[in-house]
Amino acid sequence: MTDTAWEPVVGLEIHVQLKTRTKMFCSCPNEYGGGENAHTCPVCLGMPGALPVPNRVALEWTVKLGLALDCTIADRSVFARKNYFYPDLPKGYQISQYDLPSCINGKVLVPTADGDHEVTIVRAHLEEDAAKNTHVGGSTGRIGGASETRVDFNRGGTPLVEIVTGPDIHSAEDARRFLQLLRQTIVELGISDAEMEKGTLRVDANVSVRPAGSSELRTRCELKNMNSFRFVAQGIDAEVARQIAVYEGGGEIVQETYDFDAGTGTLTPRRSKEEADDYRYFPEPDLVPVEPPRELVERLRAELPEPPARRIRRLEGELDLDRALVLVTGGLDGLYEAVTAAGAERVGAANLIANRLAGVDAAAVDAGELAKLVEARERIPRAALDEALGKLAEPGFSADPYLAQEAVSDESELEPVIARILEANQGQVEAYRGGKEGLLGFFVGQVMKETGGKANARVVSELVKARLFG
Amino acid sequence: MTPIVDTLRLSAEEAQGLLERKELTAAELHGAYLDAIAERDPELHCFLRTTEHDGGLGVPIALKDVISTAGVETTAGSKILEGYVPVFDATVAARVKAAGLPSLGKTNTDEFAMGSSTENSAYGPSHNPWDPERVPGGSGGGTAAAVSGGLAPWGLGSDTGGSIKQPSALCGNVGLRPTYGTVSRFGIVAFASSLDQVGPVARNVRDCALLYGIIAGRDPRDSTTVELPEAVRLPEGDDLTGLRIGVPKEMNEAEGIEPGVAESVRAAIELARSLGAEVGECELPRSVEYGLACYYLIAPAEASSNLARYDGVRYGRRADAGTYREMVERTRDAGFGDEPKRRIMIGTYALSAGYFDAYYGQAQKVRTVIAREHAAAFERFDVLVSPTSPTVAFKLGEKAANPLAMYLSDLLTIPSCMAGLPGLNVPCGLSEGLPVGLQLIGPQFSENTLFRVGHALEGALGFDPVPERLR
Repeated sequence: MTDTAWEPVVGLEIHVQLKTRTKMFCSCPNEYGGGENAHTCPVCLGMPGALPVPNRVALEWTVKLGLALDCTIADRSVFARKNYFYPDLPKGYQISQYDLPSCINGKVLVPTADGDHEVTIVRAHLEEDAAKNTHVGGSTGRIGGASETRVDFNRGGTPLVEIVTGPDIHSAEDARRFLQLLRQTIVELGISDAEMEKGTLRVDANVSVRPAGSSELRTRCELKNMNSFRFVAQGIDAEVARQIAVYEGGGEIVQETYDFDAGTGTLTPRRSKEEADDYRYFPEPDLVPVEPPRELVERLRAELPEPPARRIRRLEGELDLDRALVLVTGGLDGLYEAVTAAGAERVGAANLIANRLAGVDAAAVDAGELAKLVEARERIPRAALDEALGKLAEPGFSADPYLAQEAVSDESELEPVIARILEANQGQVEAYRGGKEGLLGFFVGQVMKETGGKANARVVSELVKARLFG
Repeated sequence: MTPIVDTLRLSAEEAQGLLERKELTAAELHGAYLDAIAERDPELHCFLRTTEHDGGLGVPIALKDVISTAGVETTAGSKILEGYVPVFDATVAARVKAAGLPSLGKTNTDEFAMGSSTENSAYGPSHNPWDPERVPGGSGGGTAAAVSGGLAPWGLGSDTGGSIKQPSALCGNVGLRPTYGTVSRFGIVAFASSLDQVGPVARNVRDCALLYGIIAGRDPRDSTTVELPEAVRLPEGDDLTGLRIGVPKEMNEAEGIEPGVAESVRAAIELARSLGAEVGECELPRSVEYGLACYYLIAPAEASSNLARYDGVRYGRRADAGTYREMVERTRDAGFGDEPKRRIMIGTYALSAGYFDAYYGQAQKVRTVIAREHAAAFERFDVLVSPTSPTVAFKLGEKAANPLAMYLSDLLTIPSCMAGLPGLNVPCGLSEGLPVGLQLIGPQFSENTLFRVGHALEGALGFDPVPERLR
């Protein structure tokens, strides 16, 4: 063992499936469902003589994304053919921008407590997605041992933007933060749903480590198959730990691609190459170079929404960085601003929105009604607040019926309940008194449960504390 | 039974007149050609399959088998596409159909249009109507022999490095390779995308122009197409006053040009002068020296990629085999003939990491040089002339074992193809009883000029397109 401190070096490759109405090079619908191979035509099936015609909207959206990532938009970009054989690749090549991509040299500023952390965007380019293989039979789920491979070409030929970052990320947490910000940027541009669970956002991580303070770039390994930001972070942590252990054991890292299994937290190397290394790229002769008119680029630039990072910094001034991050990357900062404008207290509004409204359609919420709930959140019964928040996005929602209810704050009513709970949980009481103050929430929760959510949580909390130290 | 028309002599324009005057029906006309096919195709083997009259009210047409036809098997002369029936029409097939031209069937071609004799067809070679012991040229030998042998009044071919012009020369037809981008490639089984162009083959220049007018023009399904800058004009008259004809030295004095061919071409140039044209010499040194080598890097490189889709997964043949990889390998091994395999290997090599710059990259630069050299010549001349093929039709088997000798058949057609320029073959005489072709090359979009020159010469030359043995 040495006592070297190691620094992780991470670069990300992010694939974003665009939600254009039609596919990248044909007019088949770009959508789920319809049954296997329902959305196919001679072009996306690679039939003899079929030719690609680029989707204008996809090209525009790529420029839009490039602008949002502060990229230089190429005056001229060129589609190339990436040649290899695989059943999900009907033409025997993928059409993809190669040495002349649409967008280069961008950056994303990730707000952190120590200032903005800059992640460079090496490039963002447009390509077509492959189809979907299902390997039937065999134990590996891979083509090697399968008895049959079924190909569904519905996804084949859908537009995909690949974003490549520089090796600028130095922790799993930074990677997660960057991805949250990037995802929010994409969603706000309206060009993709960018959902990892659905595969409309896919992340591969290139990971290496180096002695802290060094600027070298050591051999990297690629991680694939991570389908949430949390798993990306876990995968990076696992790979970093593996590499440090290898170096500290006197070994060397061999460039390899790993699948990360979030269930077991293990990294499995992909078996020997299933496809050739040499893709024999050359310019796609069936397409002409893409030359976006300057006026178009400037129009798209003018239409960009305010970047999430800037909104985070602004909100940070009135809240704090963490709350600002959660609100903005959750797409909830607009609602927060509307609610505070309607008179709600800032921190209370931020907490309520950040903790309780994730996934709610912010646009459907009446900010004035929500502001009333923020104000009354401690006074009304917990159950009433829960119910109100659940119905908040329904048309014509009114907070008034919930505001009429009062939470139980009467000590004489609450004391016996609290006494019973503490009696029944002697172990936790000892632990609390021993310093485990986090258990306060447990006691409050038990009381709330006992009272059917009608108790005033703040009053309960004070009473519990008083009793435990009384 | 006496045939209702002389299919050997009838031009498409005359046939159109017969139909318009209701002297016969489109079905009868179509039937007359099917009869001629039944009579002579067993010897010539122009058609891979014929089709019944589809109701079209116009002059029937033969389609090279690289052109996708909905519901009609399309093999591109390859076993790997045996049994493949497209679900869609190529744009050119749709355009001739929309113009009312019923198809007579699909004509023979070298496999994937790779060859200069049709001997590379997986379905056996076609034969030259002037001498069935000789090849009709290629790759579009099926269409050329069909037109020359009276089995079709006109047809469509595709030209990558000479596959329309060279067989037209060897069979005594008029054939146009249009400016790259004027005719849609949608639905054409691809060989080399940056070079492939569909074009008309006919018995005279006016028919050729008429057919070009039907198929040309931008197609939203082919991004490399453009709108014609001017409408196609049917040529008239024989006055060439003011026309400047350039005679590229290297293309008229190249080694391997047969004396009889050179002589016929010289005579045609003199005739042009007598019709009022100014004739001058020019040079295309690098085009001729490097054209062929450059072509045999770019075309195979693109072909190696274009032919990757024939993997047995979705259509055509599939070999029985254990794993995916074995299936693909065996399918391709059994399905492709020697020439596609040869070109796939050359092309794969030319595109490989470490070799790309020296081969494909360098060839693209040379291609630019060739285009510039032609452009410079067109500052002084309206058209350039040369023999289309260095030789008249050669014997079946004569070059089949020697790919390099075969490649040299296209020495004179290739440079202008590399430059994306239009070229017209016009028959200009006989040598040893076989047709000699004159190649007219113009700048981009100069088809109307080529038709005008071709028509004037055709009238003055009085070439009889009917093979002597069939008169």
